[in-house]
Amino acid sequence: MTTAVKGSAPRAARQAVRPSAGPWRRALGRLRRNRPAMIAGVGLLLIVLACVLAPVYANLVAHTDPFTSGASATTIVNGQQVPVLAQSTEGLGLGVTPIGPTWDPGHYLLGADNQGRDVMARLLYGGRNSLLIGLSSAVLCCTLATVLGVLAGYFGGWIDAVLSRFFDVIWAFPVYLLAICLSVVLLTSGLHLGPIHIDAGSLALPVVIIALIYVPYVARPLRGQVMALRNKEFLHAAVGLGASDLRVMRREVLPNVLPTVVVFLPLMTALNMLTESALSFLSVGVQSPDASWGTIINDGLALLYTRPVITIAAGLCVGLTAVALNVLGDGVRDALDPNARLRGGA
Amino acid sequence: MPEPLLEVSDLRIRFGGFTAVDGLSFSVRPGEVLGVVGESGSGKSVSMLGVLGLIRTPGAEISGSVVFRGRDLLTLKNAEMRAIRGREIAMIFQDPMTALTPVYTIGWQIAEQIRAHEKVSKRAARDRAITLLGEVGIPAPEQRVDAYPHEFSGGMRQRAVIAMALSCNPALLIADEPTTALDVTTQAQILDLMRRLRTEYGSAVVMITHDMGVVSEIADEVLVMYGGRAVERGTRREVFHGPRHPYTWGLLDSVPRVRGARARRLPTIPGTPGAAERGCPFADRCVHSFAACVEVPPLTGESGHLDACWLPEEERMR
Amino acid sequence: MVGYILRRFGAAVLVLFAISVLVFLIFFATPGVDPAARIAGKNADPATLAQVRASFGFDRPLPVQYAMMMKHLFVSHDLTSFVNRGTLVIPQIIDAVPVTLSLVVGAAVIWMVLGVAMGTLAGAMRGTVVDPLVMLLGVFGVSLPVYWLGEVVNLITQKELHDSVFSWVPPLGYVPISQGVGQWALHLLFPWLTLALLYAGIYARLLRGELINALNEDYVRTARAKGLSERRILIKHALRCSLIPIVSLFGLDFGALVGGAALLTEVVFGLPGVGKLTYQALQNLDLPVIMGTVLYAAFFVVLANAVVDVLYARLDPRVRRA
Repeated sequence: MTTAVKGSAPRAARQAVRPSAGPWRRALGRLRRNRPAMIAGVGLLLIVLACVLAPVYANLVAHTDPFTSGASATTIVNGQQVPVLAQSTEGLGLGVTPIGPTWDPGHYLLGADNQGRDVMARLLYGGRNSLLIGLSSAVLCCTLATVLGVLAGYFGGWIDAVLSRFFDVIWAFPVYLLAICLSVVLLTSGLHLGPIHIDAGSLALPVVIIALIYVPYVARPLRGQVMALRNKEFLHAAVGLGASDLRVMRREVLPNVLPTVVVFLPLMTALNMLTESALSFLSVGVQSPDASWGTIINDGLALLYTRPVITIAAGLCVGLTAVALNVLGDGVRDALDPNARLRGGA
Repeated sequence: MPEPLLEVSDLRIRFGGFTAVDGLSFSVRPGEVLGVVGESGSGKSVSMLGVLGLIRTPGAEISGSVVFRGRDLLTLKNAEMRAIRGREIAMIFQDPMTALTPVYTIGWQIAEQIRAHEKVSKRAARDRAITLLGEVGIPAPEQRVDAYPHEFSGGMRQRAVIAMALSCNPALLIADEPTTALDVTTQAQILDLMRRLRTEYGSAVVMITHDMGVVSEIADEVLVMYGGRAVERGTRREVFHGPRHPYTWGLLDSVPRVRGARARRLPTIPGTPGAAERGCPFADRCVHSFAACVEVPPLTGESGHLDACWLPEEERMR
Repeated sequence: MVGYILRRFGAAVLVLFAISVLVFLIFFATPGVDPAARIAGKNADPATLAQVRASFGFDRPLPVQYAMMMKHLFVSHDLTSFVNRGTLVIPQIIDAVPVTLSLVVGAAVIWMVLGVAMGTLAGAMRGTVVDPLVMLLGVFGVSLPVYWLGEVVNLITQKELHDSVFSWVPPLGYVPISQGVGQWALHLLFPWLTLALLYAGIYARLLRGELINALNEDYVRTARAKGLSERRILIKHALRCSLIPIVSLFGLDFGALVGGAALLTEVVFGLPGVGKLTYQALQNLDLPVIMGTVLYAAFFVVLANAVVDVLYARLDPRVRRA
């Protein structure tokens, strides 16, 4: 009766021994289970794919060049030859009314703009630029912010004081106005700063400008995180072992702030894309004949009451992409770092 | 023997598939101090939150009965329960640093509780807050009444929380690890304070703790919990001088002794806390476990000293 | 508290100074750009160029140029637009300020009321249909371009449904409040709603998150143990603490909007505010006007930030000592 039932190891102890997956893998698992984020991710993938395939659409389906105006072009609607640009019948009859949506992928699916260019093809090409600028400026912005934020937080002292004041000043600027200032000055002459040369009208210009203005948004929270890390034991241990500052920053600090940077990336891409579209709408972003969703909304403005589809379609593209990015970004944040915060933009 | 103030029978609290409290029964008489001991996760805090109806997790199932002054609290409406909370039963939580709303003064928060239960003027409530703060040993209460929580030290905050809990003269005070977050000297002061207030206010106290030292100082009755169940119950004397459950033995052994032969290494209970899936919850970690332990042992015993263990009497001799 | 306010405003003045230097440097010292040619406008004749050079002291060292610029702006108020043939910049800005203020203040009232109401509702009614709706609106708030939403609103109210449902909507434009509050409000109604809708979504979503965090705090449990009503706990304790970050964000957004972030809304709805002024200056590269509006904007943003910090100290006793 006294035969003891010596259960092997206690149940709880056995669980603790099981090797745990890395934090990134676990975050990915959490993200996979987040249904809205996954739907957003798939939607985003489709949008990107469509934009990447823009030349295929333009050359093989629509047979059109979306960058040259076709004032006298004609197309076929219901078997009839019709001009793409019709003389306006309203008012003095001076303006032109482009053809509206034909819902025929081969012939001006969404109609033409006031220069007779295929709106659908332009939307796809414009999407390439919008996405490219959004993503590359987000990457540039996060990279700069990580370097500056880590430096400020790690060294403290006068480095921190200078960088923090710099962030304060940029932060105090309404972002659009700062972007406008920089764009106005740089757009006609390009940027020539030391070894960096960017030509006027280059797409790199809005990328650099947008990246710069949002640096404090990312750098400030990172700096705070690094400062908190500064007092952690493992950092003292690394310093005590004689690791150089550079090594400590790269091996100990960076891996700890990287999740926050990753959280910021999709959110900043959305924000930067919206900023690009706003700047292009104000004609200080992407320059003609290049297109972006912002310039297409602007193009459509003059035709808002006659051919609203141009503005509406381009706006929906921006909006849907931004919604997808934000939902995905929220998912990434929930999976990685529930405490990250981002100031909402106008 | 006076009528019990609080009589909990067969309390069961389940969160989804997880049973946090499994058939817990105990009673508290007026003016008595009941020490509830157990490791974290033994269900001691959850059961007290259940008594006060403070469990708000969606899908939590609570059954059994909690009779307080002749009324079953589990069947009361929200409004009726609110009238009891803070007025007849008050509760103090573990961490005084976060227990107070940061944006209001201490006095405001005490007065708020008084005015929630009694029709008194703001002035009168404030005066009572000052008196209470003085009674719990806060110096210069006339000035400190207008201080914000962050301007108090941890010990001072816990005093303020106790003052607030006592503001409506409750018949029962539930204190959930009130000294755990404090340093040792402050702990002793707060325990002193609670002992003194208990005689002055005559409130019964349920003191939740994992610290056998605290129990030995203040409790009249002791309830030892493991894995959501009561494993031993008795007077302080009975439990400390004749512990009957192997888990209680472990708890008592892991307290360093001041007198007598010193153990070379402080004994620990092997394994990590957590109830076994079936049978006696402690069986997984118990060095004495044997075949009978696959069944849940009932809480039985003579003359009020109860324990839940299958171990035969002769093996309990230590 | 007084010391705190003084220190805070001292810092604000410093930031303003830094911003004015930054703006100055962007416009006057960007490498490879001739500021005189930019200020004179496209195709300016040599006489105008010479006049610009003299007026801004481009042959003098940079600090002197900065001082002259500031003198034009703040002392003699005679910064002149060369593109627009001698129009003074400062009076233009002063004329435009009431329009911008009308737009932003009205929208701010609407979005704060809506945002706080929806956020509180969503936080308190978690698990009901209200919650995901607010979340969705919040996502749209950060995702939809405001100028585009404005265009769509215009399309509907001015064209598509103008003959039926929205026949009462006046044409685009601004009517000063001195010509009757009714007309003023009527003209601003849709600009207000457009601007407010997006912000209300953002704020509701933010407040919901804060509120849910607050409701899990220990002090809420204490409040329940005190026997307070759920309503009182929600409003007096959880909401009161959740509003602190909302208020600080509100100050920043309000300042940014008054300072020019509302420019897109103004352009779309044809409101002659500071943003529209900036937009027109952009169209013909009228640098003095842009400089003027940008500095005006910075002033408002910095002021708003300072006011917010002081307000923050009132709301949150923990930072008063800092």
